Amino acid sequence: MSTVLSEERTGTKPPAASAVRARRAGRRQQLLACVTLLAPFTALLVAVFLIPVGYSVYLSLFSQDHEGLGFGGGTTVFTGLRSYLAVLDDPSFRSGFGVIALYCVIFVPVVVLGALALALLLDSGLVRLRRTAQMMLYLPHAVPGIIAAVIWLYLYTPGLSPVIKLFAEADIHIDFLGLHTVLPAIVNIALWSGLGYNMVIFYAALQALPREVIEAARIDGAGGLRTALFVKVPIIRGSVVMVCMFALIGALQLFTEPTLMNQATPMVNSRYTPNMYIYDAAFRRNNYGLASAASVILLVVTCALSFAVTRWAGRRERSAR
Amino acid sequence: MTTHRLTSRAVANVVVLIAALYTLLPGLWLLLASTRNSDALFSSNILDLSDFSLWQNITDLFSMEDGVYGRWYLNSLLYAVVGALVGSMISVAAGYAFDKYDFPHKEKLFGLVLTGVMVPPTVLALPLYLVASGVGLVNTFWAVFIPVLFNPFGVYLARLLSSGYVPTEVLEASRVDGAGELQTYLRVSLRMLGPGFVTVFLFQLTAIWNNFFLPMVMLSDQHLYPLSLGLYTWNSSATVSPEYYPLVVIGSLLAVVPLIVAFVTLQRYWKSGLTAGSVK
Repeated sequence: MSTVLSEERTGTKPPAASAVRARRAGRRQQLLACVTLLAPFTALLVAVFLIPVGYSVYLSLFSQDHEGLGFGGGTTVFTGLRSYLAVLDDPSFRSGFGVIALYCVIFVPVVVLGALALALLLDSGLVRLRRTAQMMLYLPHAVPGIIAAVIWLYLYTPGLSPVIKLFAEADIHIDFLGLHTVLPAIVNIALWSGLGYNMVIFYAALQALPREVIEAARIDGAGGLRTALFVKVPIIRGSVVMVCMFALIGALQLFTEPTLMNQATPMVNSRYTPNMYIYDAAFRRNNYGLASAASVILLVVTCALSFAVTRWAGRRERSAR
Repeated sequence: MTTHRLTSRAVANVVVLIAALYTLLPGLWLLLASTRNSDALFSSNILDLSDFSLWQNITDLFSMEDGVYGRWYLNSLLYAVVGALVGSMISVAAGYAFDKYDFPHKEKLFGLVLTGVMVPPTVLALPLYLVASGVGLVNTFWAVFIPVLFNPFGVYLARLLSSGYVPTEVLEASRVDGAGELQTYLRVSLRMLGPGFVTVFLFQLTAIWNNFFLPMVMLSDQHLYPLSLGLYTWNSSATVSPEYYPLVVIGSLLAVVPLIVAFVTLQRYWKSGLTAGSVK
C-alpha cells in the first residue's frame, strides 16, 4: 500500500496549523528520500537503456560517408530507412530468422513436453528420491551457457567424444556437426540447460494445485495418467503457455552456442542467427548503420512478442477470475 | 491392479532416471576429462584412470600465457560479486521506493521498468557498444561493469517483496519515533527485505557470471576478459593448437564451481519458497 503522500487530500477535518507544517515537512522529507532511493536506478535506466536504444535508432537512420581515409573526414548523411531496407533485403538476415523458426519448431515442443512429463511424474508420487531427482535435473541450469556449449561441442567432436567412439564401436558413424544434424545439436544444448529449470516451474505449479480437485478425480475413478492429462495439465496451462512464450523470446537471442559452433563446423556461418548477423555487421564489416538497423528490428520483434504475451496472459488471468 | 501399479511405478522411475543421466553425464564427462592428460583426452579413454593428471592440468592452466586464467577468474568474481552486490542494492532501493512512495508519473516509470524486463540484454549489447565508443569507455572495466548493474527484473521483484515483507505500519511507527526516511529504510526496512535481497542478488550473480555477448562486444584487452570470454578465445586457439583443449576442459570445470556453490545457497531460498507455497 502506498499511502502517505496523498493523505493530506483525504483528510476531512481542517488540521491545526502546526500539524500542517509538520506534515508538510514530513512530505518534503519523504519526497527527498524517494528521489534518493530512485536516483541510481533511474540514472542507469537512462544511461544503459534509453540512450543506447535512442542512439541506435538515430544511427540506423544516418550513414557515415567517409571521404578518403576517415578520421574526421567523414560526413554524416541522413539516409532514412535505407539501412532498414538493406537489412530486410539481405538474404543472410532473413535466413537467420528462418533458422530461429526451425529451432523453435524443434526446441519448444521437446522442452515443454519433456519438462511437463517429468514434472507430472514427480508429482504423481510414483517416483522415489524426488528431491534428489529435482536437484540433478536442475543442475545444468547452474552451468554458464558458454561452458554448456563447450562441453557439448567436445562431446560432438570426433576424437574427443566418448559418445562417438561408443557408436563407432557398434559400427554406427554419426556426424553431429553435419548439415542436417547441427541445428538439432544446438537444440540439444539448450534442452540440456533448460529442461530441469522448466520442470521446476511446472512442478511448483502442480504442487500448488488444490488437492481436493485431484482427490475428486480419483473418487470419480480416473487413473493416474488420466488425472494427469485431463485434470492437472488443463489447470496449469497458464504456466505451459508462459514457458512456451519465454522459450520463443529466448530463441530470438540465440548467439552463444552457434557462435561456438561456428569455430568448429562450416555448417554454421558467421551470420547464422540475427544476433550473429548484428555482431558480424558491426565488427567484421564495420557497418554500424546496418548493425543498428538490425538491432532495432530485433528489438521491435522481441518487444512485440513480449507485449503480445503479457497482454494475452493478462486477459487470461482476468477471465479466469 | 497391483501389477499395473507396479509397472507404472517402474516406468516412471526409469524415465526420471534416464532424464537424470542425461543431465548428469555431460558434467561427469567434464569432471573425468579434467583429470586426463592431452593424450588420454584424445583417445577418448576417460574411464582409464591409470594416469591421474588433475594437478598437472591445474598447474598448466594457471601458468599458461603468464597466468592469464587467474586474471580472468578474478575479473569474473569482480564483475559478478561486486556487480551483483551494487546492482541489487540499486534495484532493491528502487523497488522499495516504487512500493512505499507516491510520486508523479509513478506507474508510467514502472511501465518503463517492465519494458526493461522484457528486453533481453543481448539486444542492448550493440547499442551499448555504440554509446560506449562515443564516450570513450570501450575496452575498459566500466564498459562491462556499468551495464550489468541495470536489473529491471530485480526492481520488479523488490517491489513485490517490499509490499509483502515491509508493513506500512512499521514505517508509520518509525516516523512517529522521529526517524528520518532514509534512516528508516536502512535500519528497519532493509533488514526486513533481507531474504528478498539475497534472492535478487543470486539471480543477478548468475546472470553476470554467464554474461558473454556484452564482454565480447566491449572488450579487446585480454586482461579485462571474464572467464566466459577467455575460455571462448582459448577454444578458438584449440582448433589450431590442440594443447589448449585440456586447458579449456579444466578451466570450464573450475569456472562452474562458484555457481554450483551459489546454486546450493539459492536452493535453500528456493526450497523455502516451494514449501511455503504448498502448505496453504
